[in-house]
Amino acid sequence: MAVGVTSGSVGVVSTRTARLFDTSEPLALAGGSQLSPVDVAFETYGTLNADRSNAVFVCHALTGDAHAAGLHEGASRPGWWDNLIGPGKPLDTDRFFVVCANLLGGCRGTTGPSSTNPRTGRAYGLEFPLLTVGDLVEVHRALLRHLGITRLLAAIGGSLGGMQVLHWGLTRPDEVANAIVIAASSRLTAQNIAFSAVARRAIMADPNFAGGDYAANDTSPDVGLAIARMMAHITYVSEDALTEKFGREPHPTRTKPGFGIDFAIESYLDHQGQVFLERFDALSYLYLSRVMDYFDPFAEPDALAAVRANPVNWLVTSFDTDWRFGTAHSRRIVRRLERAGLPVTFREISSTAGHDSFLMPVPTYHATLRAYLDRALAEVSR
Amino acid sequence: MSLRPELALLAGLIPSASRVLDLGCGTGELLAHLMSAAGCSGTGVEIDDDAVVAAIALGVPVIELDIDNQLEEFADGSYDVVVLSRTIQTIRRPVEVLQHMSRIGSTLIVSVPNFGQLRNRLRLLRGRMPMSPDLPHPWYDTPNLRFTTLADLEDLFATLELSVERRIVLRQDGRPARTDQLLANLLGAAAVYVLRS
Repeated sequence: MAVGVTSGSVGVVSTRTARLFDTSEPLALAGGSQLSPVDVAFETYGTLNADRSNAVFVCHALTGDAHAAGLHEGASRPGWWDNLIGPGKPLDTDRFFVVCANLLGGCRGTTGPSSTNPRTGRAYGLEFPLLTVGDLVEVHRALLRHLGITRLLAAIGGSLGGMQVLHWGLTRPDEVANAIVIAASSRLTAQNIAFSAVARRAIMADPNFAGGDYAANDTSPDVGLAIARMMAHITYVSEDALTEKFGREPHPTRTKPGFGIDFAIESYLDHQGQVFLERFDALSYLYLSRVMDYFDPFAEPDALAAVRANPVNWLVTSFDTDWRFGTAHSRRIVRRLERAGLPVTFREISSTAGHDSFLMPVPTYHATLRAYLDRALAEVSR
Repeated sequence: MSLRPELALLAGLIPSASRVLDLGCGTGELLAHLMSAAGCSGTGVEIDDDAVVAAIALGVPVIELDIDNQLEEFADGSYDVVVLSRTIQTIRRPVEVLQHMSRIGSTLIVSVPNFGQLRNRLRLLRGRMPMSPDLPHPWYDTPNLRFTTLADLEDLFATLELSVERRIVLRQDGRPARTDQLLANLLGAAAVYVLRS
């Protein structure tokens, strides 16, 4: 462990990249088109055991990336799920081999709409093909083949990450022994789609969006993307959490009422929007949010046939203050799985943090994941 | 794993390879035993935080929900056996719960402490609320909301057209009593019923 890194951390890590599809072997997308090359940014923590039975794949959410744990060289902020992944943590890297990859369509090292289109030599923009959750999972599967892993001890993810886990467990049950679906949905509601529609409109109506060709103009639709993030962020936290944190506190520089940043909450949201611009791309936001809108795995004919024949163990959890993908979304998933006779565990975790709870070290939540993962590992170690 | 005597008795009443729904499964011992020793599959329902985590650690599928209000989550005829072990006295709507159980499964196994046991009656005669190894809680801090004797409970089963296939009266130590069946309501500390819907 590197000096200065606190115990329980995987230490200093770096993101690697692998070319998983190329012109000789392009990625066949669910929509019928082909994509190449496809490069994937990923990180791994811990050690793959001799019989390759301790691998856990972490699927990230809409705006995540491959850097789930530890510190990049010189960085002060750890990866986005560092409270879960590390020595002695629920995803104990002394025992599990953890893989996390940036999603297809993303902007953090994996091929996405702002990558260069080899046909034109310019960024794809809106010529990038539309994606499905299944396409994201296909790329994860290619990464596992690249790493020499044929079966996961577990796949785990929250929100869009949980949707990937759900798809994976349903369609490739032979590859996933345990599927952990957190604060996710099997079918977005009109309200869910509505929020994303406003976010996308904010991006696309920004003059700098330029029909998606903003890279050619060396600009980006920062105003639209920041607004999209500000609004989405409101849906990720609960009303009570915002009240507790900000109440109606004035912003320190407020002198008289106006249309600036008068309240502390406005300053906070503005900050959320601005920092988001440093790490996210507007086109990725469009593509990946659209992926969620169309996800409806149980509508597929024989959606449960494969997993019925080859049962996967499921853990589904929701959070009581989540109003993005609240408990009703998780219950729908549980109902489908349980009625197919599958082993499914469900918990509604109490937390004040809303949808973002899945990223927080909520004690009951982590105790649940720890018990579940320990049992999963004990079962293959027998 | 060695089961508590009453759980061992319940396990013995459940055919191997059954699909079992255990309402109020606690730490999941019964299901864990049935899954490992009898080839059963199933689901536990529990709401106590520590118990749920313990059941997960045993590898028992457990769904956190409110037995009183959320049993509609389970489909008609989706389980062979539905177990309600020492739980009926803690729920608000026992009639609705029994109706759901008979909708969900064909065989129901219900175990209850007997408030009509002689020692409880004697405590009441002395002006004290019943307390015993089967009813260990003081009145002001008890999970028990519904106080029934075996006779009262059997009346309810009849009203709901649940036929009693077997009744096993238990002693204080959880083992079957050899007591005269006629005296069950007086001498039994608890009872296990196998019901058909």
